[in-house]
Amino acid sequence: MSAPLLSVRGLRVGFAARRTGLASPRQWHAAVDSVDLDVADGQAVGLVGESGCGKSTLARAILALETPAAGRIEWRGKPVRRDDAAVLRGLRREVQVVFQDPVGSLDPRMTVGESVTEALEALAGRQARDAAAARVSATLEEVGLDASLAIRYPHELSGGQCQRVAIARAIVARPKLLICDEAVSALDVSVQAQIVNLLAELRARHGMALLFISHNLAVVRHLCEEILVMYLGRIVERAPREVVFTTPRHPYTRALLASVPIPDPTGAAARPREPLRTVTDTALPPPTGCAFAPRCAAADDFCRGSSPSLVEVGAGEFTACHHWRTLGPWASPRSGREHGPLRKTPRE
Amino acid sequence: MEPGPLFQIHDLAVDFATPHGIVPAVHGVSLEVARGECLAVVGESGSGKSQLFLGSLGLLAAGGVARGSVRFDGRELLADDGEARREVLGTRVSFVFQDPMNALTPHLTVGRQLVEVVLERGLMGRDAARARSLEALRAVRMPAPESRMGQYPHELSGGQRQRVAIAMALMTDPDLLVADEPTTALDVTIQAQVIEVLRDARDRGLAVALVTHDLGVVAEIADRVAVMYAGRIVETAPVRELFASPAHPYSAGLLASVPRLDASRELRLQGIEGQPPRAGANDAGCAFAPRCPRTQPRCRQERPSLRLAGNRSTACHVPLAGHEAPAGARGAP
Repeated sequence: MSAPLLSVRGLRVGFAARRTGLASPRQWHAAVDSVDLDVADGQAVGLVGESGCGKSTLARAILALETPAAGRIEWRGKPVRRDDAAVLRGLRREVQVVFQDPVGSLDPRMTVGESVTEALEALAGRQARDAAAARVSATLEEVGLDASLAIRYPHELSGGQCQRVAIARAIVARPKLLICDEAVSALDVSVQAQIVNLLAELRARHGMALLFISHNLAVVRHLCEEILVMYLGRIVERAPREVVFTTPRHPYTRALLASVPIPDPTGAAARPREPLRTVTDTALPPPTGCAFAPRCAAADDFCRGSSPSLVEVGAGEFTACHHWRTLGPWASPRSGREHGPLRKTPRE
Repeated sequence: MEPGPLFQIHDLAVDFATPHGIVPAVHGVSLEVARGECLAVVGESGSGKSQLFLGSLGLLAAGGVARGSVRFDGRELLADDGEARREVLGTRVSFVFQDPMNALTPHLTVGRQLVEVVLERGLMGRDAARARSLEALRAVRMPAPESRMGQYPHELSGGQRQRVAIAMALMTDPDLLVADEPTTALDVTIQAQVIEVLRDARDRGLAVALVTHDLGVVAEIADRVAVMYAGRIVETAPVRELFASPAHPYSAGLLASVPRLDASRELRLQGIEGQPPRAGANDAGCAFAPRCPRTQPRCRQERPSLRLAGNRSTACHVPLAGHEAPAGARGAP
């Protein structure tokens, strides 16, 4: 197998947490902990987890916008460091990002054309005026926007159109990897479907790799071949698409799957709902043991005492659960009466 | 039996006065919510689904005017000096909004905000209000409700804040809860919990008007669905019938847009091509015609009216036949 485009090993990124008292030492809290991640040329990888699980911090670290506390990030085999300008220049050209808020990621005082041209010139150098204009028009059309929109300002466009402009800015210089951080979460379902399809087409056409970050497994399923599930800073499951949706090995993955609403009233009514237990402060894992244990129905004293590491349990399948063998079968939510052993929210 | 539906909107129009002239947001919409029913109003951003309820309860932003008739439990809310509206709103009709942070006051504890809902209206004494607050927090399945009472909104997670917002809406034991995109800003796991809370409320006999763009959420909780497009209702149907056989091509397109975990190996989402029209674009004909895969010349000339057939109604010249699956509406060529 050829070397991956992006390789992350043992990555740890942290922040100083609030002090509990004046005399107590400043706590250090890992938002991303011991994460390994590979993205091969042209591959689409999905990263799934709830708010606060560290998925955006991981993306920011890959983009060299955060300084890791430990671990290694390599782009085309070269270590990415925030103080290595040469590597950073290459990284900026080849790795682009689309964020959640489509309007907020555009300069309100620049026209669409100026925004895309700026991205092109920043990444590919100064262009002849005609060549730049032609390339910008072609890119706008490629993302499904009429080239006549180039003279419009972001406030004149809908959210979906703004997100297309953000994608145009990201792909105008032909990146090798596009990182989408909740790029469709703020959009209407009809527009979301358009953007998901657009990303799939762009990937097929340019052979661009994709790191697609989302909290919604159903969206990820439509785009990504490999899926990583993240919980409180750690990868808890990693597997090919079909495996994740047919035989999820981690109770948390099962909880995420069970949470996706089913657009079928007959099935939805029949389905026993077992919502995930909430804990008081989900941002801080327990001091020992598995981070998911406080919300997991399968957890026992062993789980609370020792933290499971990510182990290979099948071809390309990894899970970080002590009990993966005994979780029982998983039926897809549609057909399913059988569910992962999730603990109900206490009713009091 | 109770006379008539609980909440009845008749021929409601909402217009906004802007520097560029009058912009209509809702064009003569009629709908009803029965006691104990969950009606979902579905549509894209800008379809007028939120303005419909804000307008009917006198909560429009500056420059907004609502015309028509809105009756709650037989009383007209729009036509008079607003007396009936003031009496009903916040007491018998409660609102839950999309953003739970903005719905709560950051510098007051959860308990204080809950208690004030009823104290302010003189509905009960302080002790009873406190007991009621705990009851409301339990109703929304808030873990450890006693200790929540002393916490501030910033100490809670997004899902817990939305639970508090719903608990506030339940404090006066209302008859109707209007929930405007209550799950849109939340993670799927939290969303599942909020749906559960709303379903509990509905099961206790509360009527719920759910405004959303997410048909997945609709399938989980609604009894009946009204689909809105460009300020008009284009289809109403019981939830199972709408999902089994949408009659309007727009409803079919929305259904085909939902990313699913189940069924089809087809990974390309159908979606709906094009953009919704801008508010105020007032062309003759069907507003959906430019995006519709079934458009005929007639659709561009003559606006279809909402026609009732049994317990469903559709505004379309070329509706999908009952036997056609949602995939029959080709979103993309």
